[in-house]
Amino acid sequence: MKSYDVIVIGAGHNGLTNAAFLAKAGLDVLVVEKNPHIGGAAVSRNLHKDWMYSNCSYVCSLFRPEIYRQLNLAKHGLQVITYNGGFTLTQDGDYIGSYNDPEIMRREIYRHSPVDVDAYDRFKTDISKWCRFIRPMLLRTPPDPTSFKFRDLDELRFLARKFLDLGPRDLHDFMKFFTISVADYLDQYFTSDLIKAHKAGSGIIGTGLGPMSPGSAYVMLHHYMGDVDGSVGAWGFARGGMGAVSNALAGALQEHGGEIRTNAGVEQITVKNGTVTGVVLDSGEEISAKRVVSNLDAKRTFLGLMDPKDAGEKVVKAAKNFKIRGSSGKLNIALNGIPEFPALPKGSDLIQGDFHIIDSLERMERAYDDWKAGRWSKDPYVDALMPSLTDPTMAPEGKHFLSVFVQYCPPKVEGKDWTDDQVQAFGDTVINQLAKYSPNLKDLIEHVEIRTPREIESEVGLTEGNIFQGELTLDQLLFNRPFPGYAQYRGPVQGMYMCGSATHPGGGVMAAPGANAAREILMDLKLGNTVPEDEGDD
Amino acid sequence: MTKAYDIIIAGGGHNGLVCAAYLAKAGKKVLVLEKNDIVGGAAITKEVFPGKSVSLCAQFLHQFNTRIADDLKLSEFGLEFIDTDCRTSLLSNDGRHLTVSFDGQVEGDVAEDEVKAFQILITRLQEFSETLGFLADIPPIDIFDPDMQDKLSALKLGWKLRFGLGAEKMSDFLRIVGMNIYDLINEELEDDRLKALLSVDSVLGTHAGPRSPGTILTYLYRQIGGGKGRTLVPKGGMGAVSKAIAASAQAKGADILTGMHVREVLIDNCRVVGLRTSCGTVYNAPIVVSNADPKTTVFDMVGSRHFEADFVHRINTIRMRGNSCKLHLSLNSIPEFSGLGSEALAGRVVIADSADYVENSFNPAKYNEWSSSPVIEFSIPTLNDPHLAENGHVLSATIQYAPYSLKGGWTDEAKEAFKNICIDTLSRFAPSLKDSIEQSLLLTPVDLENEIGMQGGNWHHGEFTLDQMLMMRPVPLASRYALPLDGLFLCGAGAHPGGGVMGSAGRNAANAILRGDKS
Repeated sequence: MKSYDVIVIGAGHNGLTNAAFLAKAGLDVLVVEKNPHIGGAAVSRNLHKDWMYSNCSYVCSLFRPEIYRQLNLAKHGLQVITYNGGFTLTQDGDYIGSYNDPEIMRREIYRHSPVDVDAYDRFKTDISKWCRFIRPMLLRTPPDPTSFKFRDLDELRFLARKFLDLGPRDLHDFMKFFTISVADYLDQYFTSDLIKAHKAGSGIIGTGLGPMSPGSAYVMLHHYMGDVDGSVGAWGFARGGMGAVSNALAGALQEHGGEIRTNAGVEQITVKNGTVTGVVLDSGEEISAKRVVSNLDAKRTFLGLMDPKDAGEKVVKAAKNFKIRGSSGKLNIALNGIPEFPALPKGSDLIQGDFHIIDSLERMERAYDDWKAGRWSKDPYVDALMPSLTDPTMAPEGKHFLSVFVQYCPPKVEGKDWTDDQVQAFGDTVINQLAKYSPNLKDLIEHVEIRTPREIESEVGLTEGNIFQGELTLDQLLFNRPFPGYAQYRGPVQGMYMCGSATHPGGGVMAAPGANAAREILMDLKLGNTVPEDEGDD
Repeated sequence: MTKAYDIIIAGGGHNGLVCAAYLAKAGKKVLVLEKNDIVGGAAITKEVFPGKSVSLCAQFLHQFNTRIADDLKLSEFGLEFIDTDCRTSLLSNDGRHLTVSFDGQVEGDVAEDEVKAFQILITRLQEFSETLGFLADIPPIDIFDPDMQDKLSALKLGWKLRFGLGAEKMSDFLRIVGMNIYDLINEELEDDRLKALLSVDSVLGTHAGPRSPGTILTYLYRQIGGGKGRTLVPKGGMGAVSKAIAASAQAKGADILTGMHVREVLIDNCRVVGLRTSCGTVYNAPIVVSNADPKTTVFDMVGSRHFEADFVHRINTIRMRGNSCKLHLSLNSIPEFSGLGSEALAGRVVIADSADYVENSFNPAKYNEWSSSPVIEFSIPTLNDPHLAENGHVLSATIQYAPYSLKGGWTDEAKEAFKNICIDTLSRFAPSLKDSIEQSLLLTPVDLENEIGMQGGNWHHGEFTLDQMLMMRPVPLASRYALPLDGLFLCGAGAHPGGGVMGSAGRNAANAILRGDKS
């Protein structure tokens, strides 16, 4: 019976990244995946005829460029194409567009609110500043603030230095960004409710907060801090859908001799004398390994895969208290043509970007109130886009794939499990919302896949269908992620590690948690580091 | 001008009075100008119905600062307490009311395990409040340009967190400090009523619901001070506290003039030279201390042209949303609240029977609408303190949420409609209440702004959130009481540590002035 150096549970993008770095360092690595396909939430799936759906995550931006380079993902076929445009539709038949050309953008802001033109420049400058500030923290392991180890003290010193370098005014601005609501944050800049709504969407996507909840401004930053081709805050499509990211990572892993087994769900992590000995698969098969890394979220890892005796009382309690809330739904739609949006000028390029529905903060917040009460939003926030306009591999010629992300959608409906009828009703709510702005949309629909947190949880394995593997609130960030004492990627027993988005720096197709966990494992093994730390701004 | 003053304090709220008392004690010639006829600001007792007085705004003393009380010898100047351990009763829709004391003793049908869990939780939170409490009595630590005192304070804080609490509790603190109270109570408790009680204590006076992150911080803030979470009721209403401070200040030589509305701060050659009242009188002094909120101080009293743009922008974006109304009812008899004795009615009574009730009550405030099922905190103070009324009784209540910027404005019709909602909510538990009401008075956040001067009707002169506390309160580079204009200081709740009838801001400001601090 073969024994591995490391087994990684779950072939999500972080598990694959983690495994690829370990294999690159010369370790004998096996990734086990319960589904017949790899990728976790970064997948491209052929669920209807000739269409390819990015049926969970749908855009690329946060992926760390250092990892892309280090693992040579270009060679393994990953190509990210920046997209332009994007717009918010209004109830009175107008729209506000996003443009890369600053002059056109200024004119667009002017059209809606002349007094906000200068504010827009100020806003962009400030956001870029905070992205630059926070990005060096992504590929680092958070310090334990209670520890006196040299390494932790040194890391605390690094953080303290960064904050002191800001000076009192910038620190104040940063504290605001870090703690207040996206609505209050935008209030400091803009007067127009439409402009605020156009910007606020990133503050609520994937989170159990409303735009008026303190903490949602940070969620916006979390969405902005990525870059594509060195352009900070830009978003892009992976050619071939999000599965291309996972496939490229798998390619890098296999290049270095790593193995992947699909249809191999893990039943339990086995522990003997406080040390990991391997895993038991659903099939009963045992595979031994000196180290086990879990790509699953903190609840599934500690409450699902471990014997409570091995995890320990404290970890079990912390895992139970871990906040992981399903708040998002998704529709994947196969279309027979490009839907019309009468609000847009004929031939506008804006359609190539993502479009949002909901034109005021109040409507957005009311959508959140529905979710708090355990219902899906009657007037939902929608972030939709058609990658097939940019990437012809996603749908047959002349036909299109429409990806519709929906906020908010609860993990249970008023405390009860979703029924199939309710899933259908949720889908209808969303399609009706879209159809209000696109009269011919319904006629073009050929196939719809409706995903509520129930579907996301059962297929991808994210508890409650939370796309970030845990809320991005202050109590679950940095050294608190997933919970205090366990933020350095190590589990409660010797040889056990975590590498999913439930660890620092959190969710999004970023691959930083996987890379950081690999660095820690290599450090424990006293092997040379192959994992990049931050290389600074491009 | 007959008398020369060293320092003039604009506004005779309790912080202004504390500041005056400390300055006078140090031998300074101090004048306090108060626009209303009685001193105290939001801490006053006023005759609002013929022969009946009420604590107009603040009603209960949560953060009593024993140090200030001792320094100023407030008990010698007439401060007495009716109750130093006022208990809180929670009215439940199903009649299963609870009465809870500050240390977690619960009367009512709650399971023993649950009471224990409740006590553990509040002890845990109390320990954090005690650890941080000393920060309220010192100026905010300047981490960018620390002097010796700052370094020592920072060291003390680090020591208290790491060794006072220990590694485990410190980690716990760092986790929950930014969290919402809703998640914490759901981690630890089962009973809806206990959860409701902690929710209410975390959100009173704020623009937040229990599910808003940051509400644990507001709870911790409320528990600081010598009372260690106790609720105190002064004899003679909250005005008695202000009166005692004023008497102490006067005994030390401070002059206090009421009915004097400060119109503007006079500036000559980029420094403060005095101020002018609305009746045109000019008082000269090289130092002016404002007890008003930062926005009123900068925009109404001084004028934004005297400051640089960045400072003005920051002051302008301080969030100070008020959501609390006061309702005073003049009663000819004590209404019967089913299942509640008169002892409980003399204490603090809360209407809210679950955390979700509180959250749902907050929802409309986000849209500038009032809550149709409001959270109510009330008391019938005349039961324990009969001198407040010549005959009959008064019921004083704090009502949440009713936003300052109500859609359509606080017209007379709107006020009447909301008053009826409040009275109906109270009547659910006391059907006979309506028959005993002789007169009623509702003070909306707009009324509180007009009456007391705090903008937005916000009790705290600025919401108490992570970005508006410590060295960022009211704004950076002006957090140590000296504003960026020579001779101008701030001593109210808008400065560190913030609101509540505590007096720490006033005392810290006095110390800063005596030290000769500059912005």
